Amino acid sequence: MAGFGGQGIITAGKILGRAAVLYDQGSAVLTEDYGPEKMGGWSKADLVISEKEIRYPIVDKPDVFLAMAQDGFDRFHETLRPDGRALFEKGLVHPTREWKRKTSFIPALKAAEELGRKVVANIVMIGALVELTDVVTREAAQKAILDSVPKGTEQLNEEAFRKGGELARGGAS
Amino acid sequence: MNAATITDRHPGDVLLRRERFPHIWCPGCGLGNALRCYVEAMKVSDTPLDKHVVVSGIGCSGRVAGYVNIDSYHTTHGRPIPFATGLKLMKPELEVTVFSGDGDLITIGGNHFIHTARRNLDLNILFVNNFNYGMTGGQFGATTPYAARTTTTPYGNFEQAFNMPLLAAACGAPFVARWTTLHVRQLKEAIQRAFEVEGFAFVEIISPCPIGFGRKNRFADAMDEMTHFREGAVVDHDADLREVGITMRRGDPIVVGNFVDVERPSYDVGKRKLLQKVREGLP
Amino acid sequence: MLDSRPVLTGEHFVKGDVAVMEGAIAAGCRFYAGYPITPSSEIAERASQRLPLVGGEYIQMEDEIGSLAAVIGASCGGAKAMTATSGPGLSLMMEHIGLASMLETPCVIVDVQRGGPSTGLPTLTSQGDMMQARWGSHGDYEIVAYAPSTVQEMFDFAIKAFNAAETYRIPVLVMADQIIAQMTTKLVIPPEEEIETVYRPIPDVPAEEYLPFDSSYLVPPMALAGTGYRLHMTGLTHSDAGYPETNVPGQEALVPRLVRKIRENEEKIVEVEERLVDDAEVGLVIYGSTAGPGWEAVQAARKEGIKAGMLRLVTPWPFPRTPVRRLSEQVDAILVAEVNMGQMVHPVTEQAECPVHHLGLPGGRIFHPNEILRGLRKVVT
Repeated sequence: MAGFGGQGIITAGKILGRAAVLYDQGSAVLTEDYGPEKMGGWSKADLVISEKEIRYPIVDKPDVFLAMAQDGFDRFHETLRPDGRALFEKGLVHPTREWKRKTSFIPALKAAEELGRKVVANIVMIGALVELTDVVTREAAQKAILDSVPKGTEQLNEEAFRKGGELARGGAS
Repeated sequence: MNAATITDRHPGDVLLRRERFPHIWCPGCGLGNALRCYVEAMKVSDTPLDKHVVVSGIGCSGRVAGYVNIDSYHTTHGRPIPFATGLKLMKPELEVTVFSGDGDLITIGGNHFIHTARRNLDLNILFVNNFNYGMTGGQFGATTPYAARTTTTPYGNFEQAFNMPLLAAACGAPFVARWTTLHVRQLKEAIQRAFEVEGFAFVEIISPCPIGFGRKNRFADAMDEMTHFREGAVVDHDADLREVGITMRRGDPIVVGNFVDVERPSYDVGKRKLLQKVREGLP
Repeated sequence: MLDSRPVLTGEHFVKGDVAVMEGAIAAGCRFYAGYPITPSSEIAERASQRLPLVGGEYIQMEDEIGSLAAVIGASCGGAKAMTATSGPGLSLMMEHIGLASMLETPCVIVDVQRGGPSTGLPTLTSQGDMMQARWGSHGDYEIVAYAPSTVQEMFDFAIKAFNAAETYRIPVLVMADQIIAQMTTKLVIPPEEEIETVYRPIPDVPAEEYLPFDSSYLVPPMALAGTGYRLHMTGLTHSDAGYPETNVPGQEALVPRLVRKIRENEEKIVEVEERLVDDAEVGLVIYGSTAGPGWEAVQAARKEGIKAGMLRLVTPWPFPRTPVRRLSEQVDAILVAEVNMGQMVHPVTEQAECPVHHLGLPGGRIFHPNEILRGLRKVVT
């Protein structure tokens, strides 16, 4: 999962990992990487989710690639497996013409703005990801979101999550 | 006048490790006087002797820790302040004194000095300034005056010296004093006051080093250097600290006094204030 | 978020840096002095948040030299005390690893290894400090080091490290690395009553009879500051009474005991993990974050018919001489894989009765299992 600092990429990784480990009784390892800028640089969350113990924590060829910024696409799109699935922020990521992978474009930022807070765009993306893949169960994701978001924003985040699922089901592209 | 009597007891015996004497210091060294004043101040302090701790570093001054009969730690070069920091934080009831020289405290250890003064940690710093590295053979350090001769400034010291009271005050020390080893009563009282002050209490003790510094700088012997202290000493508690740098040139003054004695919240007070609110909010 | 329980029993999804600090607190650590450095700063952050809540002290010092000095001072006051750092900071701590050894003050140092030399790779992994951990301070002394391979072991080994430090009155290092320290994964913290902790021996004789470095003990009892013993401790070579004894008899009485504390307890301290070694023909020796890829490689090698076995150095120091020798007597060759240009391969070679090969990386990343597999293939042909 890649984007730029402030988009909540790492938080999204933590929520999904937490869901897998604490609520789906699976294994998950999250590693993080950033550009040298403290704000606004690129950021990447690599998440391995497995039913078995994870001995090698590095993601070389992901099954799922989520990008919330063009820079994230540019840097990491070549790593996605040929049969892998991509989720892109619709307004911010524009793949090259050669891009042929199975891809969903999710207008997460627009949806988040409509909900009143841009910062929940990452939760919209999680909603879509959970709908389109089986990395974690819906229930686990919902619980992990509630543990992770600031008090008083639970309802907003739950709505963002639901909206993401809706957009994915609606075949947003 | 009474006839001199020789006894096998020293007035400081209760606080000195007699079996460790004779000490390693040269004849005429000022460390004995400084040690005596420290011991005398401890004897009259409100803190029980078992709660006094001395921490020293490396150099002639570092050996003080081995002669005082209290809990005493002789640590590494320049690091008695951070060692004392850990000890004081864990055992705030202890009266922790750092006994250190100019090479140790402010040359190699200068960074610890300024930051601990800034933090205003409740330590007593007894700083014996004899203007050179005595133990290693009389090299120059951060308090050696400009143009002074040492074994590594054969053409005179090219560098400027720290004015320690100014530095300590600028870093925020709430108590700053300077006396020479001749001023035994004032020095003892300044140390007593340092024990009382809650915060970083700094006492500079100007001391003769006849072998390392004196004889290379036109002081024939310890008495000669002490004579310079006596003749040059100017007591001025309200001195402008920018003007109290020491040249050790005959005719130039050595300004002494209790220069700073102000209230400033110690590290401990500041910490408790902020943590209290947090602890109140705990489940 | 704010929790004043010292042991946060339960399941967590946290970074290795957090796990190691929670392990330390669970072991009784109540003092942390440190200086921020990537990639260990999250340990300091956790310490600053948690220690004040559990009755401990956190202080951020002006450098790593002062940090370890403060830790030793706190330990002399009776605290279980620690610091954490990374390569450049570990270099600055060498002076006080010596002082802690000489004063026999228990303390724990967590080193999150990053690529070096010098400033090197601040955010990327390495195992390049292994020799410095053992030999970095001047003079003769012995330390204990643990090398965690998982986030869970960051927690578990912090406890082991404190227990070893307190048992033998020595500095103990936790040799982590950036990957383990900064990965986020599952941590299970057991109930408080299941965590075994050790506190240093303290004297039970009156002050007049107490010798702070009593050589009739291998590990003498340690009087704490302010408890009426009026002890003296010095970094100089010293007598049983603690006073400077800077001569040959003094040195010959003191230093061998400092070393024997560990050498005579080596069997008790040393820990290894052995997997599939019973019938192995080629041995893979690894530690720390190389364990995961190493184990994958061994399993893959087995599928190809290569009888590989793995020996993991849980305690790189003291070096597990006996297990390595035993392995070397059984296998035809040993491969040491490590993220440095050749460090732990040296003690392995010193002990081994068979040829020893090295597979190294200069730092920045961990091995891919396939790289180690290729190494194993090469060794057997």
